[in-house]
Amino acid sequence: MRRLFKIEQDYKAIVIGGSAGSFQVISKLLSQLPSDFELPIIMCLHRLRHVRNGFVEALNIKSSIPIQEPTDKEPVRKGKFYLSPANYHLSIELGNTFALTTEDLMNNSRPSIDILLQTGAYAYRNKLIGILLSGANRDGAQGMKMINERGGLTIVQDPKDCLIDTMPVSALNITDIDHVLNVQDIIDFLLSVDKYIKTKS
Amino acid sequence: MQELEIAQLRALTDLLKSKYNYNFTDYAMSSFRRRIQRIIELYKFSSFDALLQKLNLGNQEFFHEFLSEITVNVTEMFRDPTFWIEIREKILPDLLNLNKTISIWHAGCSSGEEVLSMAILLREMGIEGRVRIVATDIDMAILKKAKEPVYSVKNMELNTKNYERAKGPHTLDRYYEEKSGKAYLDKSLLKDVIFREHNLVEGQVFSKFDLILCRNVMIYFNQSLQNQVLKVFHESLFKNSYLAVGSKESLIWCEIANKFLVVNNEEKIYKKIKD
Repeated sequence: MRRLFKIEQDYKAIVIGGSAGSFQVISKLLSQLPSDFELPIIMCLHRLRHVRNGFVEALNIKSSIPIQEPTDKEPVRKGKFYLSPANYHLSIELGNTFALTTEDLMNNSRPSIDILLQTGAYAYRNKLIGILLSGANRDGAQGMKMINERGGLTIVQDPKDCLIDTMPVSALNITDIDHVLNVQDIIDFLLSVDKYIKTKS
Repeated sequence: MQELEIAQLRALTDLLKSKYNYNFTDYAMSSFRRRIQRIIELYKFSSFDALLQKLNLGNQEFFHEFLSEITVNVTEMFRDPTFWIEIREKILPDLLNLNKTISIWHAGCSSGEEVLSMAILLREMGIEGRVRIVATDIDMAILKKAKEPVYSVKNMELNTKNYERAKGPHTLDRYYEEKSGKAYLDKSLLKDVIFREHNLVEGQVFSKFDLILCRNVMIYFNQSLQNQVLKVFHESLFKNSYLAVGSKESLIWCEIANKFLVVNNEEKIYKKIKD
């Protein structure tokens, strides 16, 4: 049975953070979205810093929309899926473009989920959906807090459903989270969002 | 901490311009904001306004510390090893085939890791004497470090791995000595390198080059400043010579794209084909 969610906001983008134990989750999620999914999905997944190739290819085996790693200054486009490249932080600038930087590691990570989520919250305010999945460190918690403060919608993967629950639990500890969902419910939520956006346009 | 608002950042860039004659107006906003927030935390300023007041005093010493913190100086030797293979096997042979001597500009050289990588490559290819290197940066303090390179042993682990992945013929440890937990790089590698202060924002052309490396520098600029800097690079290059940018940068979004040809899209190496 598909779960239906009531959606009442014209969302502009979805950002997803994940680390240890999130690959299977994201792979399943991407395989169950329609190939005409309306919103851009921007993912920051912890990955080896010095392996540039292979990750996108692995995700693309199942994804319904081919994923790309954005270049600096590239515009964020509707209906595209993006992944943070290795060894760069990914930000979203006002004016709906990507920015890449080589600043120090944040939370021991480059790319850092906090940086993507915080800049996303700044750029999209209440039009952003932030999703934090399984992971073994605290990266992303501050970013979820910022999304919440800017009026965006926050979802964490249910700790009971996570391989490693440190990341969603850290977010739950420091900010209010709108939905705590298992993977299938996250997918159903995104399908409800997509349906809403499609009926509006 | 509260996110700094655009109006606050604007007040800051106005002050830097009028007081110190440095223009940060066209820096990319999200990373510039993070750098400022970092400085406020690092120096334990009670607020953004406290930083503004400190800068308003016109203390040059503090300003130069501020400048060092604003610029991002995170880099590696042989960053993107496959890039260095391309430089060794294709780009340098092509240039030296046509020219007796060539010149290379490292624009935004930071603490010198890329310059050293190039110097090592040239020595291993036996062509040191045929190549002139100019290395520039906005920050005098970091140029000083680049001239006397001493890196942490931890960084050398990564540098060594990169060197191996770039198919270096030796081991990297022949180029440095370890003393009390630090790696002292062989300064003779840099004996012919010209280091000079240069602010890309000012846009001066000062010489002509066969190869310009400006990797992961322009990502800190907005699109209009990138266009301006690329114009300077275009003017500073001989025809049929090369420009290398970072692996996730692209000229596609730039005005001047049609004057360059993509030679290697993976490594982001471009050739100037039109004046």
